[in-house]
This record gives sequence, structure tokens and C-alpha cells, in this order.
Amino acid sequence: MSVSPLLATALVGVGGALGAAGRHAVGLRIEGRRSVLLVNTLGSLALGAVSAAPIGSAATLLFGVGFCGAFTTFSSFAVGAVRTASETGVRAAATLAASNLAAALAAFVLGSSLAVAVAG
Amino acid sequence: MDRTPYGFLLVAAGGFLGAVARHAVDAGVAGVLTAASSGDRLIALGGVPPGAGTLVANVVGSFALGLLLTRASSDRVRLLVGTGALSSFTTYSTFVADAVALGTTAGAGYVAGSYAAGFAAAALGLAVGRRRR
Repeated sequence: MSVSPLLATALVGVGGALGAAGRHAVGLRIEGRRSVLLVNTLGSLALGAVSAAPIGSAATLLFGVGFCGAFTTFSSFAVGAVRTASETGVRAAATLAASNLAAALAAFVLGSSLAVAVAG
Repeated sequence: MDRTPYGFLLVAAGGFLGAVARHAVDAGVAGVLTAASSGDRLIALGGVPPGAGTLVANVVGSFALGLLLTRASSDRVRLLVGTGALSSFTTYSTFVADAVALGTTAGAGYVAGSYAAGFAAAALGLAVGRRRR
């Protein structure tokens, strides 16, 4: 089933609004760089599941492109890494950068495997 | 402000716009790549490479967020444009998905390139924002 451009925009936008609000809620409870690591890991887990599950293009736009895309963030991560480098040192920034990648990659692969296992 | 319903509304409105803009950039970059190549080269690549649009959004968004955070005039602007729009315009989950889709060698190059360009862009945004206050 193909999705019209207008519906696609609405689905991505609504998913994005929910994802951003969810990320904000996490950010209010957990300190900055840790909250970015957490949302990036959880969002990658969810996107792994969404991309492996047979859910159709409308659901992929809403949950994958919209929600998971907006719940996770690269810009806050990049600004956080640059600030860590200048405040704490390059080594701490490298650790932050590597831990985001390792955690998100592992979560994405885990999410895909879980979806495949569940969907059979 | 951050914890109020109004704060969440600002973040959500920004998130709507940021996600839609990212989706548009993704389609736009794919269109430009298709138009710029003869077609044969893209066919050899197996179509538009995964991550091209995400890379553009992540680098542009990192620069803009660095700039915004050093110059944001109010909490309202920071929530709407920063936490909402720019943070949603950029994405880490799709970045990881694209890296996986590219395979080990190309994926590693994509991650290294995104990190280098994204950090440089964020640093530049912070520096420009501090200078022209």
C-alpha cells in the first residue's frame, strides 16, 4: 500500500511530535549527556524492531521515521561531545562518542532480532 | 517552563516540524543524487546510498544547534527550536540503521564521516554563536 505525500507528512510529523515530547520527558529526569545516551539507545532498539517487523509503510513512517527518528538525536549528541571535549578533555568525549555508537548499534541489532523472532 | 504543558507543546510542535523537514531533506537529497548522476552510477551503487539524506540533516542540524544554544534568547525559543525542531531534525537511530544497511566497510566509513563532520559542524556553530553575540 502506498501512502500519499500529504498523509506521509502527517504521519512523520505526528510521530516526530510524540518522539520529541518523549525525549524531552526523559531529559527532565536524567542529566543531559546520559539522557541523550539513553534516548539514542532506546530509540535504536525500537527502530531495529520497526525496520524488521512487517508493519507496512504507513506504520514505518509514523513509528520509524517520525517517532524513533525524533526521539533520538544526533545534534544534541554532537554538541554534548564537543562540550565534553572542551570541558573535560578529548578522552572523555571519545568515550562518550564510542559508547553512544556501541550501545545504539547493539540495541538496533537486538531490536531487529527480537522483531524477527516474534514475527517468525 | 520546561516542565509545563506549554513547554511540552513547544517541544512537540518543534518535533513535528523537525521530523517533517528531515523527511523532506531525505527525499530532496535522493532526488539531487539521482539527477546529478547519469543513472548508471547509481544503478552500480544499487540506488541512492542509505544515509545520504540523514548525513546532510545531521551535519546541518548540529551546526544550527551549536549556534542556537549559544544565542538562544529565551526558554521558549530553546524548547521550540532546539529541543523540538533541531533535535528531531537530526537523528541517531536512523543513522545507526543506515550504518548497518551499508555493511561493515562502508558503514564504518559512514560513521567516521558523520562523526567528523557532525562534531566539526557543532564546534563551528558554538564558535560562531559565541563570537557574534
